[in-house]
Formats: sequence, C-alpha cells, structure tokens
Amino acid sequence: MSAPLSVELEDIQGLVSFGYKHHTEAAFLLLRVRDGGIEEARRWLRTVSVSTSEKVESPPETALQIAFTSDGMRALGVPDSIVEGFSDEFVTGMGQDANQARRLGDVGANDPARWLWGAGARVPHAAVLLYALPGRLAEFQRWVEAQCQPGFELMACLATSNLDDVEPFGFTDGISQPRLDWERRRPARDAEQPAYTNLSCLGEYLLGYPNEYGGYTDRPLLDPTGAAASLPRAEDDPSRADLGRNGSYLVLRQLGQDVHGFWRFVDRAAGGDAARRERLASAMVGRTREGDSLVGGNDEKIEGGDPPGGKNAFTYRSDPHGLRCPFGAHVRRSNPRNADLPPGPPGILSWAKRTLGFDAGARERDLVASTRFHRLLRRGREYGPCVPVEQAIAQPGGGEQPGLHFICLGANLARQFEFVQNAWAMGLHFEGLPGESDPLLGTRAAAPDGTPTDGFSIQRADGPDERVTGLPQFVTVLGGAYFFLPGIRALRFLATPR
Amino acid sequence: MAISPGQLLEMPRQRLGDSIRFYPAGGAPKGSAMGGAAPGMTPQDHFMVAAPVAAGREAALRLLLASMNAAPGTADPGNAVVPFGAFERLHFARLVILDDALQADLRAHGVEPERLPACLAFIGDCDGPAGAVLADMAARAGPGLRRIFAHCEGWDEHGDLLAWMRAHDRRSAASYVNWVGRTVLQIREEHALQRALAARVPRQPATMPGGAERVRKELRAYVAAEIAAGRLALTPPAPPPLGWKLAKLAHLVAVPLLGLLAMPFLILLSPFLVVLLRMRETRDPEVCPRPAGADLAALREQEDLEISNQYTALGPAKPGRFRRWLLSSLLVVVNYACRHICTRGFLGRVQTIHFAHWIFFDDKTRVVFVSNYDGSHQGYMDDFINKVGWGLNLIFSNGVGWPRTRWLVLGGARIEQKFKYFQRRHQVPTQVWYKAYPGLALVDMKRNHRIREGIEQPSMTDAQALAWLRLL
Repeated sequence: MSAPLSVELEDIQGLVSFGYKHHTEAAFLLLRVRDGGIEEARRWLRTVSVSTSEKVESPPETALQIAFTSDGMRALGVPDSIVEGFSDEFVTGMGQDANQARRLGDVGANDPARWLWGAGARVPHAAVLLYALPGRLAEFQRWVEAQCQPGFELMACLATSNLDDVEPFGFTDGISQPRLDWERRRPARDAEQPAYTNLSCLGEYLLGYPNEYGGYTDRPLLDPTGAAASLPRAEDDPSRADLGRNGSYLVLRQLGQDVHGFWRFVDRAAGGDAARRERLASAMVGRTREGDSLVGGNDEKIEGGDPPGGKNAFTYRSDPHGLRCPFGAHVRRSNPRNADLPPGPPGILSWAKRTLGFDAGARERDLVASTRFHRLLRRGREYGPCVPVEQAIAQPGGGEQPGLHFICLGANLARQFEFVQNAWAMGLHFEGLPGESDPLLGTRAAAPDGTPTDGFSIQRADGPDERVTGLPQFVTVLGGAYFFLPGIRALRFLATPR
Repeated sequence: MAISPGQLLEMPRQRLGDSIRFYPAGGAPKGSAMGGAAPGMTPQDHFMVAAPVAAGREAALRLLLASMNAAPGTADPGNAVVPFGAFERLHFARLVILDDALQADLRAHGVEPERLPACLAFIGDCDGPAGAVLADMAARAGPGLRRIFAHCEGWDEHGDLLAWMRAHDRRSAASYVNWVGRTVLQIREEHALQRALAARVPRQPATMPGGAERVRKELRAYVAAEIAAGRLALTPPAPPPLGWKLAKLAHLVAVPLLGLLAMPFLILLSPFLVVLLRMRETRDPEVCPRPAGADLAALREQEDLEISNQYTALGPAKPGRFRRWLLSSLLVVVNYACRHICTRGFLGRVQTIHFAHWIFFDDKTRVVFVSNYDGSHQGYMDDFINKVGWGLNLIFSNGVGWPRTRWLVLGGARIEQKFKYFQRRHQVPTQVWYKAYPGLALVDMKRNHRIREGIEQPSMTDAQALAWLRLL
C-alpha cells in the first residue's frame, strides 16, 4: 500500500473503530481544568494511557478515551490561532448560540439555560470516557479520578447502565452504523453514487482524510517545528503538521427519556389495545422493538451493509409512499437510505432528465438530501433504570428518569450532526410531511404561524393519513457539548507546555 | 354539520358549481410542466429600487431599518415605516445595505478596485406589474418610504416619490419564480382550504363507505357551503394580461432566434473560445478564505426564525471582456429557462427556492444574487452542491475567487469547503426581510394547490379520489 493511503490505527482513539460492546460498564467524566492546575492537567494528559484503534487479540480490561471542548483547549493554553483552525461549530460550542439552539430544537424545555451541564459556566473542558469489562469499572474510575485530580476538577460524572442494546423506550438500538472504509478502497474523488451505500469514506469521521466529496475538511495546519514536529503531516499539504489528523468531532448530548409518558400516550392512543399499542410505537420508531425494519424484505445488497437477511439489508426504495414504514418514523428520518439521485429507469436520457429536474416522478422523491453526506457514527450509552412497558403504563413515573448519553462522531459537525438534527429530526416538512417533527425527539413547539406540530402521520394506501395528535415531548435535552477527540500525537501536542 | 349522502345527491350540480366557481371549461387550470400558458394566472414581477447611501447617513439608516423589525432582520408586518403586511400583492420584500467589502478581491486579478459607496436596495416580489405595487406603496406608505430614501444620494425631499423609485428601479439579469402565476391571495386561500379539509376528512377507513369519491364529494359539498357562508374563498385566477403574454411569446421566440443567428459564429469560434475558457479556468485565482466568526454570527442571528430564510450575496465579476460576455450570455440563458421552462416548482433539482434574482451592478462589474428559500442555510448549500452544483458553476464561476471549475460545470461548488466559505463570505446581512405567509413552505403550497384542483373537479374515479384524499 502506498504511503498516502496508510491509516495510522495506533494514532486513532479506539472509539472511532470500536463501540466497546464487551465493555458493558461505562462512565463519562466531565472535567474542568483547575485554576492554577494547568501544568498538572497537561502532565496527566501527556502520560495518560489512551486506547487506540489497533486490533488486539482480546479486549483490554478497561479503556479510556479523551476529548476536549474549544473552551478546554483554551484552558490548556492552546493559542486561539490554533483553536480557531477547527470548525466554526466547534469553536462556538454547543448551547452558546441562539441560532444553533433554534436549528437543533434546543428551545423550550430543551433550552440550554435549563441544562444540567454544557451551558454558561457549566461547559466542560474535557470528557474522559471510561469503558470496562463487567465488574471492573468502579476501581478503574476511582483510579482515573485520583490520577487526574491534581489538574482537573470533576464537574459531573455521567453514569451509564447496561440495557443490553435496548434504549430506554424498549427498542433495540445501535443497529445501523456506517461502515468506515478503513482500507481506503473508495478513490478519493467526487463521483455520483447511484445507489445507497453504507460504506463511508474515512474523511467523514476522521479529519485529515478525504471525505465523500474527495476533499479535506478544514482543521488546524501548523508549522512543523517545535512541539508540532511530532504531529503527523497533512496528506494534502505535506509541508504542514496536521493537528486534526486521526481526530474526530464528538457530539455528546444527555437526552432524558420520559418512558412513562411515551408508553402511556401510545397506550391511550391505541385505546388500551396491546397489539395496536405495539404497532403504533413501532410506526413511530420505524422498527419493531426487536429491531426489525417495518419495510420488511431484508434482502437488498448494499455496499458496506449487512449481508442479506440482516436487520440492515434494506432501503426505503420499495416503500416510496411510506405505507409500510411511515415517512416520519424516527429511523427513517435519521437515516433515509437514499442515493445521490432519485431512482429511475436505466439509460443516459433518464439520468439527464432526473439530473436536470425534468422527471416529475423523480422530483416527488427528491425531497430528502443524499444520505451519504449526513451519516453519524453513533457511540451513545443508556443510563438510568430499565422500565418495562407494563410498568411504564401502570405508573405515572416520577422516579429516576432514564435516558441516553447520545454520542456521535463526525468530521463535519454542520453537515452531519447539525444537519440530521435540524433538517431531518426537527424538520417540519421532512419528505413533504405537513408540519410535524420527529415523533420521539420533537419539541412540539408550534410553527411560526401558530400551527401545532404535535402530530404524527401514518401513510395509508386506502385513505388519508391516519394522524395521531397531541404528542407530548418525550425526550428532553439535559446537557450537551461539542468535543474534539484528538489523535494520540495531537493529544500529546495539546498537552505540551508553552 | 355533515351533509348526508342523500342531501349530496339531491344537490344540483349547477348550484355546487356556482358556489365553487368553476373555470369556464376543462376544469381547473393545468399548468403544463413545460410552462405553457395556463388559462388564468397573474404573473409575478419584481422590483429593485437601489441607490447609494448618502455620505454619513449609513448609521442613521441602519437604525431606522432596525426599527422596522420584530426580530433580528425580520420585519414586523405592521411596522410603522412600511407596513408590508398591508400590501396583499407582496410575496417577499427586503431592505439591504450592499457594501463594497469584497471589491478588494479584484487585486487577485491585478485590478485596483474602485471605491464604491454603500448602496441601499429595496427588493420585492409581487403579483402583477411591480410598477403598480410601487405606486400602491407610494400611496399608502409614502411617508415611511420617504424617511428611508432620504438617506440616499440624490434624494429630493420635495420630489415625487414614485417617480424617484421608478427611476432607481432596475431589472434583474435573470429571475426565477418557483410557481409562475401563484398569487399571495391564492396561497392564503388554498392554505385555509387545506386546513379546513384536513380537519374534516374522516381518517378511519371504516368511515369511508361508498368509496373515496363519495367522501370527496361530501368534502366538495362542505367546501361549497363554507364558501357560501363566507368562511372559505377560492378566487378564480385572473386572466393573464395580454401584454405579458405577448412579451413572453416574443421572448420565447426571439432568444432562440438570436441564438441561431449567433450559432455559426460560435461554432467557428468555439475552438478559440474553449482555449480562452480553459486558460482562465486553470489560471484564475481562487479567493476562498474562511469568513470571520463575527460575520458568521451576524448572518446566523437572522436565520431560522421561520421555515424560510433569505440570502443576499454580492461580489465582483471577473474582469475582462471574455468573462463579461460569458456571464451576460449565460444569464440570458438562465433567464430564458426560468421564464419558459422552470416555471412549475423546480430550478434544476432544487424545489425549495421561492424567488431568486441575479442583478448586475456598476456597469456589470458586480453581481448581486438574492433568494428566498425553505430550510436552513446549511441544507440550502448542501442542496446547491449536490443537486445543482453544475448550474452554480455556470454562473458564479465568473465571479472573482470562485473555487476552481473545469469545463464550466465541473468542480467549483463541489469543492465543498471552499464553496461554503466563498458563499458565506459573499453573503451580507439583510437589514429587513418580509415574507407574506410565515410558516408555509413550498411543499405546503404545492400540496394545497393540488387539493384545490381536486376539490374543483366535478367528478373523479375512485382511484383518483383516493389519491386526492391522501393529500389531506
């Protein structure tokens, strides 16, 4: 393999490659550099052992990952000129900008002013993600906390629970993930993808590699002198040291889930009928609780996808009218599985018609942006108690609220996380829907003209959409921040004394 | 107050027809996808009154414009200066101060830029001739408009406001209208119709005895009753003005004729022109620095307050006769396509643009681009790259600094990072922006119009009626 195609697995934090599924115990420490503790903080960061993407024979007992906010980089004394080389969204941060809040649906109950952490003075500097095999977390966490204690204060510890890959509402989660092109088989150039592909260029998740456009996302490129001499060189400009290379932006959002509210609402809408309840809840999610897609027919051949028969071997191409899986279903919104161009008959004439917009049928199916530019590599973990459905219905709630520490990785916060959250989850007109947002994530805030957005439409072949109305808010954002998960050499660089 | 099937059958067809006011023949107008003349429509027009801001008056002008807003950059429709909401024929309007910040980019071409005064532009999209709307505004919002234009060079306090606005009104080089003929009144009436029908349509299969057509006819009778009671209205479209039809026909024929005439020369010259183009494409400098964080924040502050957003950008065109002629000819082609082909809801693959204009400034040395679109800025730009990157390249690669293109259509906007910096850097904040139908997106309007077409059909097959019901 020629040099520019190499991938330095030993320089990439493990979370990019692994979900740490064996490590069923996890805790996320949110840290702030202590006043006057900068040297201690840097010292710990220079020596801390961080798990990488290198393949190992058997899973290590514990794994530690570390990521920084832009505030955190500044607190570590990284000059503004370097910090500002990262993307604008990262530099601004999450929960700091009113426009961003409008776009992400961080309004009303989700308002950053109400967050437990992530806004105002509660912006973490670093997130230390701890993963451990069963029974090993407590001791590991105590040790890490003691190690970082001289330089950092523990602002919050986000505990997690092992719900066996089932999210708190009771649905199997984490089924669909993009497959990273680690071998860099796809040529780094801008070419139309005629079919949905689950294979994603490395540059969609790692800075310093070509993305789906065959281009590089901006990141700090430095003079390769002094401490920066130890950094990898930029692939697109070998005269520069690449601080971004092998690193990824990490989005962390604490999402409280009102499990009682969800199931009690669905139960009421279903008139207390268990089978109808299950159908409605599945329609809202787009999968059954076991994780089977509602479109059925799991036998499509998808590049980088599951083998036929897997839970992911499908697209929505066979369900263009949303009759099996509603347009507004959560998983259909989050990953519409479409290609660059709406489908049509073969031949250059049809291609030209669709490309120029003259194919009316194709236009009807061209309302959603091409999926491959808007993928998320999800690494979230659940927290809180497991609430069985029957219990959720029987009791009004009020106890400890479960939820999800949502984590996703990406190289372009604006085009990936923010776009998916804004246009697809919060968007009131996804696939031309008449003013409703994601049935799980929606804020239900009224549209600007006062029209309610608390509906959920289920498309039907035999009549107008069935419409469930009066959906309350089920998911509340309780905290969030944008982090940068640096490569190992970049981590040591950020920690060098200046 | 559901009408029983029995009642419906007894209701004479003529009466129904009277109350819904059918079109004379052939039912509802069917806009042809290729933009053929529909039986009735009011064409849309635009105005752009632009004048340099008088020396030392810019700060005061900004204060006055800000006083018209309910939110940053968003007009209060009833503001005391120009109550946009009172003008029923106005779709969108904006007041924007165009500066000359990017003229300095000309230095990349070795041209020392001329210093240009900041320019105030009052831009609007309306139903019927813009002149009539300007006259209406001068009549009903005269004092406010005078206060605004008093900040401009050459303003005569005692002069005639309308004459001044007309003298400073300029035509665009190319204009796009999402749906030619769709009026503000129609958008509002069809929205009300959709809301009434969506609330009334039975949503349980069991309640559809007798098939979809029977349900549709019940709804039809309901609409007729609502119209009779004055709670709904479906005003029939006015016939298109004869002058407009003739001008459109003349344009339809004249542009290809001119093209045909020019063809032999173009063919002869083509090897030479291709060389000229490729030389420029390989040598023209790219100027795509990252925009400053504060500038981005100023743009973002005004965005996403509504389902639609506005975009105003300007920049210098590349110097030299080749680019000047190329850009002028391409805008003629774009304008032709927008006027005769893309008149029914799409510009290439993009279906989210309400109105867009390309306007030359300063003897074609600068181009201003304005648009109104649905969704967020990020989504708009991704649509641009992924759906019409080739079309953007055709026009905007003639602007100073555009990311490098190949053969006029390749590359350019597809160089994502540079393109995104370029377009944000060329954008200027819009001081005042007005939209006549907040909350409504183009997909809503398209669906609402189909609903109206369906309710106006005297009869349908069950299959057609079912497809129609699924719109509700």
